[in-house]
Amino acid sequence: MKINLLEFYNLMDQDDIILSYKGDVSSDLVTSVLSIIESKMDKLDEPFKLRKKVYNVLVETLQNLYHHIAENPSLSGKEEVSSVIFLIGKAEDAYLICTGNYMENENVEELRKRIEKINEFDSEELKVFYKKVLTNGEMSLKGGGGLGLIDIARKSNHKLEYNFKKVDDQHTFYSLLVKIGE
Amino acid sequence: MENLKIDGTPKTPTIEFSAKDGKLLIKGRSIPENSIEFYKPLVDKLEEYIASPQQSTEVKIQLEYFNTSSSKCILDVFKKLEKINSNGSETVIKWYYEEDDEDMLEAGEDYQAIINIPFTMIEMQE
Repeated sequence: MKINLLEFYNLMDQDDIILSYKGDVSSDLVTSVLSIIESKMDKLDEPFKLRKKVYNVLVETLQNLYHHIAENPSLSGKEEVSSVIFLIGKAEDAYLICTGNYMENENVEELRKRIEKINEFDSEELKVFYKKVLTNGEMSLKGGGGLGLIDIARKSNHKLEYNFKKVDDQHTFYSLLVKIGE
Repeated sequence: MENLKIDGTPKTPTIEFSAKDGKLLIKGRSIPENSIEFYKPLVDKLEEYIASPQQSTEVKIQLEYFNTSSSKCILDVFKKLEKINSNGSETVIKWYYEEDDEDMLEAGEDYQAIINIPFTMIEMQE
């Protein structure tokens, strides 16, 4: 192992990272992370509204990761692409939730367009869009249905920051950063 | 028709449905990964209830959190209630939200705009 743990510790400390994880996402992991962050916010005595928004966004981002891997046969079970990474940080004025995962190159354009569309909307337009997808949207087998990102944008009240990095002719690494301020 | 009672867990709400009393309660957190599976017993029960509902049906929704996967299932539940309502059972949905929880109030209003049943928004004091 080449990692210098003190350096890693300091890096996390500088960036105010509360929790970081790399590995597979299971339902139990989602439950545990939610519980850790909930008690952390409790300890910090965060305002009620902020607490609820952070919790909501965390549920959606983690479950997006879970469903994405579980429902994608080209990713699940393949160790080199089924792992995800996420960081939860607290800056002075906001919580930051960052996630990263591999995806198929062929699905990148659709997702990029979706995020760009969401980012163009103001809060009232997001509300209308949410209702439209809720009533008309197709539901995936496990119940995703494309509402997650819209809900994340509604709760976050900031534009979604994202990046797609093509790694080879099959896979792209997708990262998403969500900011939740008071 | 038998009652339906599902105990709450950290990720799923308590559900109580009594066909005899015409009462439905959904309370707690609804954030399961697989919402369709979780809500199926309730949706099936309501489907059965449509045929011979009580004169009135009282619905209490008291959710602390729900994920977007649940939001579709909750809509399915409300769609069944619409049918129950139009089948002669006067139905009211009481939507509870914690004091200052504007997001939960707004979520209730989203459903109110979609579903053709009277909603009552009830703010719970601490």
